[in-house]
Amino acid sequence: MKKLILDSIGKSQHRGLNFRDLLYNNEARAFFFQVVTFILVVGLFYTAIGNLFHNIEERGINTGFTFLKNRAGFDILPFLGNYLVDYTPESSNFSVFYVGLINTLVVAFIGIILSTLIGLLIGIARLSNNYLVAKLAGGYIELFRNIPILLQILFWYNLFINIFPHPKQSFAFFDIMFLNQRGLYLPKPIPEDGFMVVVLALLVGLIASYFVKKFYKKKHELTGVHTSTWPFSIAFIIGLPIIVFLVLGSPLQFDISVLGKFNLKGGMNVVPEFLALTFALSVYTATYIAEAIRSGIEAVDKGQKEAAAAIGLTPTQSLKLIILPQALRVAIPPTINQYLNLTKNSSLATAIGYPELMSAFGGTVLNQVGQAVEILAMAMLVYLVISLFISILLNYVNKKMAIQGR
Amino acid sequence: MPVFDQQETRKPPISQIGAVLWLKTNLFSSWINSVLTLASLYLLYILIPPLLNWMVFDASFSFGTVNFFGFEIKFSEEMATNDNCGRVGACWPYIYEKLYMYTYGFYPRTETWRPNIVFGLTALLFVIVPLVKNYKYKNRVTLSLIILYPLISYVLIAGGFGILTPVDTDQWGGLLLTLIIASVGIIVSFPIGVLLALGRQSNLKVIKLFSTLFIEFIRAVPLITILFMASFVLPLFLESGNYFDKLLRALIGIALFQAAYFAEVVRGGLQAIPRGQYEAADAIGLSYLQKNVLIILPQALKISIPNIVGSSISLFKDTTLVLIIGLFDMLAMVNLTSNDPYWLGREPEGFVFVTMVMWAILYTMSRYSRKLELRFNTENKN
Amino acid sequence: MKQLLKLSAATLLVVGALGVQASTLSDVQAKGHVSCGVSKGLAGFSAADSAGNWTGVDVDVCRAVAAATLGDAQKVKFVPLTAKERFTALQSGEIDMLSRNTTWTITRDASLGLNFAGVNYYDGQGFMVKSSLGVSSAMELSGAAVCIQAGTTTELNLADWGKANGIDYNSVVSDTNAQTLTNYDSGRCDVLTTDASGLYSMRAAANDPSEHVVLPEIISKEPLGPVVRQGDDQWFNIVRWSLNAMITAEELGVTSATVDDVSNNPERERLMGRSGSTHEYVGLTPDWTYQIVKQVGNYSESFERNIGLNTPIGIARGVNALWTDGGILYSPPFR
Repeated sequence: MKKLILDSIGKSQHRGLNFRDLLYNNEARAFFFQVVTFILVVGLFYTAIGNLFHNIEERGINTGFTFLKNRAGFDILPFLGNYLVDYTPESSNFSVFYVGLINTLVVAFIGIILSTLIGLLIGIARLSNNYLVAKLAGGYIELFRNIPILLQILFWYNLFINIFPHPKQSFAFFDIMFLNQRGLYLPKPIPEDGFMVVVLALLVGLIASYFVKKFYKKKHELTGVHTSTWPFSIAFIIGLPIIVFLVLGSPLQFDISVLGKFNLKGGMNVVPEFLALTFALSVYTATYIAEAIRSGIEAVDKGQKEAAAAIGLTPTQSLKLIILPQALRVAIPPTINQYLNLTKNSSLATAIGYPELMSAFGGTVLNQVGQAVEILAMAMLVYLVISLFISILLNYVNKKMAIQGR
Repeated sequence: MPVFDQQETRKPPISQIGAVLWLKTNLFSSWINSVLTLASLYLLYILIPPLLNWMVFDASFSFGTVNFFGFEIKFSEEMATNDNCGRVGACWPYIYEKLYMYTYGFYPRTETWRPNIVFGLTALLFVIVPLVKNYKYKNRVTLSLIILYPLISYVLIAGGFGILTPVDTDQWGGLLLTLIIASVGIIVSFPIGVLLALGRQSNLKVIKLFSTLFIEFIRAVPLITILFMASFVLPLFLESGNYFDKLLRALIGIALFQAAYFAEVVRGGLQAIPRGQYEAADAIGLSYLQKNVLIILPQALKISIPNIVGSSISLFKDTTLVLIIGLFDMLAMVNLTSNDPYWLGREPEGFVFVTMVMWAILYTMSRYSRKLELRFNTENKN
Repeated sequence: MKQLLKLSAATLLVVGALGVQASTLSDVQAKGHVSCGVSKGLAGFSAADSAGNWTGVDVDVCRAVAAATLGDAQKVKFVPLTAKERFTALQSGEIDMLSRNTTWTITRDASLGLNFAGVNYYDGQGFMVKSSLGVSSAMELSGAAVCIQAGTTTELNLADWGKANGIDYNSVVSDTNAQTLTNYDSGRCDVLTTDASGLYSMRAAANDPSEHVVLPEIISKEPLGPVVRQGDDQWFNIVRWSLNAMITAEELGVTSATVDDVSNNPERERLMGRSGSTHEYVGLTPDWTYQIVKQVGNYSESFERNIGLNTPIGIARGVNALWTDGGILYSPPFR
């Protein structure tokens, strides 16, 4: 800055000091604008925060994060978060945060897998040479893409609780799984002593099959002899744990739901709020993923497909080895963006009462405690971290793909 | 005398013509395709007939009174209630009865003409004007409409001038509110978005930093957290005794949210402008303002138009979220109206109705955006 | 341009800082209406009829305050609020008073910067089940799924009660009253729990009220009353004594029909502002209580008109009867 003023003074020396020079000096102007913006933004924040503290004090609202340690005092719809945190009304408000976070991540995780599968299927179907299949896939996209996601969540939820039967008339699958308006009841696995050994066996199997694969790949590269590795993989990944499991005398029991007075008791209850939310999010996000995949496939040069056919690859081989690897390079970045959107949209669960972060913590705790600033700041921070994580992932993927490319 | 018997030309085999050929090539070209076709047909069979039965064949249609944009059509004199309908099919008279609520919310029934004019203007601005082919003053007409539309709409809806009795914002609702939130959100956030995009591309470090922070922060969090902030925390940021109307608070939140998304769209356009354009503008001595307003922005915005429409579509979908902070938009009306003691449990009809309206609007918008995309694509190539 | 925008935002805040904080009463008199926060729709307490008029016992408290301060019970701007927003709306000054079936608890009274001005309905939390379940006591509810609305004291009471009685249940929480009712109706849960008054009003709205039973257990005390911001004692007194005026009027047998009759009961004359100077203490005109009774009626009139036995809600006075009639409704004297 000093240099700047000296410069402008220096320039004006032979014409006399002139304020106009300073006014029309680009650097001086840039500096001036930045200072003004800085003062305004900081001033705005300063005033707002000042008001905030003044208001909080004047209205006798509590501040700080001590509320996190206080007893929550209310119940949460029992789902995964509850079981993992072992939540009861005696738990603290911080446990609610934890329960909400887990439930958010569960929806995001299952939703991402499901939406990718549906999206892949629809995206490929859209380009099928079967007229009916292509049209149906197109119809699917046009229908679900153009309906607000909140409406879809509410719709599926209300449909679910209204069309499925009362627990007393549940649909039973072999008397171990039940489906009714209170959700899906699955057998709950109860590991006994020695089950860890089975898990260990599975791990060993995975590592072994990896090395086998590596070995034959090397052999293929060296000698050109191709060996199918899948029998080894099956033997190691499935066979080994099963043998260990049987040898140890089946160290895993299942708790199966039975009909109680009001509800099915025991087992693992996947609540309808979760089912409806995950389904709606997956169906909606899949339309975007399908479009990404379609544009990815369409971006692959036609010559590639023709060349693949010319060297005698079957359509399946051509899709798997030639088209998809190239298509994915175009399709993956927008798809990862959709994963972020799905995670953010999971916050709409508050409309149907699925206890995720914004509903259990940003909703119920906010109500009971009333400290909106702290609670919303914590919730926003979580989404910021998730979004940061996804950006890092995206950058990594972009980089990796760029290296492989031209 | 040998007579040349003209033989009839043989017809092509039936498998090579018309419907059969089409069927063969498009549906049954291989066994896998045949399986897929049959599976698709089965899917349609289990989905379509029950839906049609519910919506049309088992449904009740004709009694009660319809209030369609202020015009009443009477099917029957007696008051329609749930009892007139069975529980098998849809009960459309519920929609007739509640159509006013779905369209205008609690807006006074004597003042219906005011929102009607706004609906007309909206259609004019967003549907008719863009569709009419180029005419002489198209740009000026569009621009003046964009500037006048919010003013006229506000004066008409809020009232408080002359013969227009004031109508408080808590009486606005239904489709009217949905349109207000969407159009105000789009129109207000656009200039902010352009400024943010320019800020992010600027050489001025402080401005660049603030713009980037704002954009990235907003884009990382869900809209609902921003609406909660606007609803619960914004009042605390103001000097006590001052407050914004609840709708206004929601609008501020939505406009800031959308501005960040517009900013990224416009930035994409800015980045697509060749450096030469900037350098040429600098070379002929244009100021920053002149350079952007006359050279850069017109080109950048033109490239971004399809994405701007796409982003506006997302915003339109997001307007439904205001239901969570207790505003009565069209979707919120489903719960409200189906808890009327006379119409209990009519959520399915409500959801289907709102779905159809929203879908029709959004589908039109997305078709329109695709059309724009094609148009601008060809223009770029020439 | 960007600077301009931020400047205007900053100005907005600064102008706010300059604005003098007036008393709520003069504020109300200046703008010509009372802004009153009410429920988004709870039949009998605050609900909009098909013509858009608000009625209910909570609404009548707002109207009484408007009659007292502005002389016209119609000069109320009703602001429908969800359970979540109600306190913020009051704290921020968006509304002048809150009359939205709000339970008076020490936490709310002492930690939210609010004051409860009295009790206009003594309620308690109860349970409703479908008759087909064959349940006759809440003690039989172990294992049931319970529908409950988020953001209320109901959630806390239920957890306390479940723990105290060793009853295990699943709570199904919804954001709105409407979704709670839908959940209960569809069978997503077996039991609906909320304030007993709410249960009666929901039962009345059901297709066939005889299909639902309200169980005898009342598991909590829910004194519902109007709330004002802390720090304006004059306004607090006006709201508190407007409500008390309605109760005292019932006690003295004054109704909207008989309010003009002159009697020799000194307390009655004092209440009607025809003697004494109570009005000066609250800063209102002498006829403020007269206007309340004339335009809104006494407590009994408001009760019977909105939720009494002759309405679809059909609630008996019970504990909400005057102390002289076996209830607990008791107003300090107008003296």
